[in-house]
Amino acid sequence: MKMDIPAPTLMQSLQRHQRRNALAMIAGVALLIAAMALAGSLGAQKLGMATSLRALFAPLLPVAWLNDIPAWQISLLQQLRLPRIVMAVVAGAGLALAGVAMQGITRNPLVSPYTVGISPAAAFGASLAILSGATGVAGAWSGLYLTVAAAFASAVLCATLVLAFSALRGVSATMLVLGGVGLTYLFSALTASVQFVATEQQLAAIVQWTFGSLNGSTWNEVAVAGGVLLLGAPLLQWHAWALNAFAAGGDDIAASLGFAVGRVRTVVTVVAVMITAAVVSFTGVIGFVGLVAPHIARLLIGGDHRWLLPFSAIVGALLVLLSDMAGRLLFAPVIIPVGIVVAYVGVPLFLHLLLSSRHKAGL
Amino acid sequence: MLNISGLHYRHGKRLILDNIDLQVGAGEIVGLVGPNGAGKSTLLKCINRINRVMPSQHARMTLAGDNLQDMSRRNLARAIAYVPQHTGPAMSLRVADMIALGRAPHRTWNSGERDHRIVLDAIERLKLQELALRPYDELSGGERQRVLLARALVQQGRLLLLDEPTSDLDLHHQLEAMTAAREIADAQGSGVLIAIHDLALAARFADRLVMLREGRVVAQGHWREVLTPQHIEAVYGVSARIGSDGDIPYVIPLRTP
Repeated sequence: MKMDIPAPTLMQSLQRHQRRNALAMIAGVALLIAAMALAGSLGAQKLGMATSLRALFAPLLPVAWLNDIPAWQISLLQQLRLPRIVMAVVAGAGLALAGVAMQGITRNPLVSPYTVGISPAAAFGASLAILSGATGVAGAWSGLYLTVAAAFASAVLCATLVLAFSALRGVSATMLVLGGVGLTYLFSALTASVQFVATEQQLAAIVQWTFGSLNGSTWNEVAVAGGVLLLGAPLLQWHAWALNAFAAGGDDIAASLGFAVGRVRTVVTVVAVMITAAVVSFTGVIGFVGLVAPHIARLLIGGDHRWLLPFSAIVGALLVLLSDMAGRLLFAPVIIPVGIVVAYVGVPLFLHLLLSSRHKAGL
Repeated sequence: MLNISGLHYRHGKRLILDNIDLQVGAGEIVGLVGPNGAGKSTLLKCINRINRVMPSQHARMTLAGDNLQDMSRRNLARAIAYVPQHTGPAMSLRVADMIALGRAPHRTWNSGERDHRIVLDAIERLKLQELALRPYDELSGGERQRVLLARALVQQGRLLLLDEPTSDLDLHHQLEAMTAAREIADAQGSGVLIAIHDLALAARFADRLVMLREGRVVAQGHWREVLTPQHIEAVYGVSARIGSDGDIPYVIPLRTP
């Protein structure tokens, strides 16, 4: 029997769509917090989920709430596990945001922080620092900072080249992408050259760095990378409409809708590049997240950047956090670098989503 | 309303537009016709400053008295809506998001409610209710054209620029797109400038035609004055017979000389 259910009005179905997006966002945040608590509880020493959750929010909670947790557990969590967990979230969210922003501004779904050469440039900077023997000469700590600084400087140099290139008159988004591909090859070749002349120990250190790993993340590192992310994310969100306009039809359409194309492109690119540089300088190359997290998010909630930006950040954070958790636990005590695991976790997920929603992806 | 005089545009050394004079009145549809490379698209892009016209070239372009060269990007976007010829994929944007972008130049901190209503109206007017939540990339050519027209509609410009709105469409959708343009002109009193290849369609829907060749205006006026065998021979290098069924014209190209 056919029932006569009145079709929802346009207004109702649009509102339902908004509610669905909001729910997806809330579910994502809840899932992320749960994953952070789980990551805190698992390891050589198993701790309770509740303990880990409370330690996570310790700065926000009254001291009395933490009294019953043994001191060694607090310090295990706060000194060792939480910096790593928060760094995973910052790195995943940051790389995903940079990926969405760059894909939107170039209107190209194949772009990521990796493809415009920033990550390979950071890898070159780091390997140069390792080659120059910094770690041996000046002691492990300052050597580590030198490696980070060199990676950052090299990433910014690459970004400046990309920006200068894109600021040239008549440079299209496609040329920007191709220019980035060129730089990727250049920096890969430079890194390979460094590896070619490096000693065996240096080579091992370089390869280790390029894997991308969250080993030994500290609160200081989290503060720097997280600070850049906290400054950059609202700026990107502020340009969500502009990113929609670029995605809808490129420079001409964005201009005809009233956006200052050159200024928007510069701001968005600078922010995306700075976030990427701040993350990869500490973690090494985590290649896949910036490309794929935006796509997973797009498949789940669509291409509107007002939702897509924060949702991609959540997806990226989850992807890196879960990958790092898997890398830490599966073959413990051996820790597999997150840069490797993220591909094993992300690619099947990505292919599954891609194949199950071919029609939606417009690919 | 739109008043252009003495417009020149160079791309590199090549002169693409040569001393264009053109007017579009409020509520008027002007059809811009001419062969490939005549400068039709370039002219549209010069009007909304996607192509930058150098001030030294003594062009005067005004819209309702305002100099287009002096307007801010945002004010320009409030005054002129533009529908391009080709739009590639839209990266998973949904139809409703795509249309809402037309409100971007009007947006203020408290305009959300009003913008939303205008978008809903446009979706209904162009019969896009069924498609509103579908990704734009999934739509057919005719549906995409309707979405872009809806975006132009919510932009509420005094002038609407359409670049080949019918080139990829079948007969049904061609009529639909041109009817929509006519409705926008009538409903908002907007002037509409359409670059279009189909001479018969142009003549049927436009109040006036402007014929371009190699960046110059060859003829303008009512289609009976513009679509003459002499003009078509001169501009397209094709001999043609022109007739009409009532006031609906048809053009039969006969042969290339």
